[in-house]
Amino acid sequence: MKILVPVKRVLDYNVKPRVKADGTGVDLANVKMSMNPFDEIAVEEAIRLKEKGAATEIVAVSVGPAKAQETLRTALAMGADRAIHVQTDDEVEPLAVAKILKAIADEETPGLVILGKQAIDDDSNQTGQMLAALLNWGQGTFASKVEVDGSSVNVTREVDGGLETVKLSTPAIVTTDLRLNEPRYATLPNIMKAKSKPLAAKTPGDYGVDTAPRLTITNVVEPAKRSAGIKVGSVDELIAKIKETGVIA
Amino acid sequence: MSVALVLVEHEGGAIKDATLSAVTAASQLGEVHALVAGQGVGAVADAAAKIAGVTKVHVADDAAYGHNLAENVAPVAAAIVKDHCDYLVAPATTTGKNIAPRVAALLDVMQVSDILSVEGPDTFTRPIYAGNAIATVKSSDAKKVLTVRGTAFAKAPAEGGSGSVEAWSGGGDAGLSSFVGAEIAASERPELTSAKIIVSGGRALGSSEEFHRLIDPLADRLGAGVGASRAAVDAGYAPNDYQVGQTGKIVAPELYVAIGISGAIQHLAGMKDSKTIVAINKDEDAPIFQVADIGLVGDLFKLVPELTEKL
Repeated sequence: MKILVPVKRVLDYNVKPRVKADGTGVDLANVKMSMNPFDEIAVEEAIRLKEKGAATEIVAVSVGPAKAQETLRTALAMGADRAIHVQTDDEVEPLAVAKILKAIADEETPGLVILGKQAIDDDSNQTGQMLAALLNWGQGTFASKVEVDGSSVNVTREVDGGLETVKLSTPAIVTTDLRLNEPRYATLPNIMKAKSKPLAAKTPGDYGVDTAPRLTITNVVEPAKRSAGIKVGSVDELIAKIKETGVIA
Repeated sequence: MSVALVLVEHEGGAIKDATLSAVTAASQLGEVHALVAGQGVGAVADAAAKIAGVTKVHVADDAAYGHNLAENVAPVAAAIVKDHCDYLVAPATTTGKNIAPRVAALLDVMQVSDILSVEGPDTFTRPIYAGNAIATVKSSDAKKVLTVRGTAFAKAPAEGGSGSVEAWSGGGDAGLSSFVGAEIAASERPELTSAKIIVSGGRALGSSEEFHRLIDPLADRLGAGVGASRAAVDAGYAPNDYQVGQTGKIVAPELYVAIGISGAIQHLAGMKDSKTIVAINKDEDAPIFQVADIGLVGDLFKLVPELTEKL
């Protein structure tokens, strides 16, 4: 079984986003960019399935600018076998990304597509579910456990009340939650090896997908700031202050 | 007049609060219809028809919809929106987040996720970058699919409406997925997303035993829901459904008590809209104190039992 793993290059999760003064977005010039953390978990899960013998080949895909190749090389260094870079300098929305991924899935016929549940830049949490709809496949979102069993896959999902398990017939879509696994670090020899792994260069046009945005961001602002309050010196003082708010009697 | 279809989230025959917030958002867009999908949900449909503002309830009652499987429910929502509505409005819960984008793709529209406000018929605000920025977004799609952040909209009154109820037939089991089982924590405590008071514990508690020994009695004394930081959940001190933060639950109670939580950005993103924030932490430089209204620096293992006793 082949596994397709889409990855996105985003602002590194340790960097505090700065809103541009002109309200057009978040400043991404000269800041550290990395693979979306949920996508790292997706790559790791695919590698573990391959190590267990449940998968035979891992294909990483990224839709984005030239530098998205770095993110793909990271996936290759972790253990993906080859990569497809769909290059565009435009912002591509989840729906258009899902359409590109559908075209790639039609060509590659993977048994599973494992995606991060959301990218930490736009926090949309849509691409996996949209891809599942376009392919008419089952979807196991927010996964904390994935078990492949012949022609089906059991996915344990993190839901509001606890955990839920669904059984999907393959091919299927899985989106990762935080506790699915702890991604490995790429070793130096593997980083070197990744440089010679195949990376195909494509464009959205190759897949016949129109990436014109449906949404326009008209303004981006910083949220209202919360200022620090007071510090109290004892539990008695703390209780008195809480009582002043009127929440407790 | 535009019509907005609200995806009703229900469990054990009761409508969840997040649905009522979604109804409020929908009522700012036009006439409100509701979709109740499930098995044996006649009573839920009747309850949905009583929500103030709801004029019509579409009921899809079939075993295939019994466990909210997106593969089966999304086509129903897409069909109703296609024929009757201009908007689909779903709560931004794990159920809504699972189903709504599937509906959006079936309708070939771009979803607007986790909206904080309705600025106009096609314009909404939503958080990006873990709430470190708020974007105003305008949709050019003819039909719009939205998920709604529950804490950003008041709950519509559960009584006062007199909507009609109409059975929807068609659809059924798409044959792609099935429900295997669930481990849903049974708790007497209020649910996090609707609790008036929340007590949350962090990694400083050191173990699952200490977490429950210190946090549970304080929460019980306050009648509070119990939350946790991601660090505490990752360390196994608390189950995943306790997690408050960017990737966990977004909460905005009247009182949020953070015990031994340092205040990572991703945690703050989930609770900084709380009305009053109290923090107890031994590190006086912990970022949590930058957002706390009332801070107490000291050893939580001494202070928390004292607080519980004196309340």
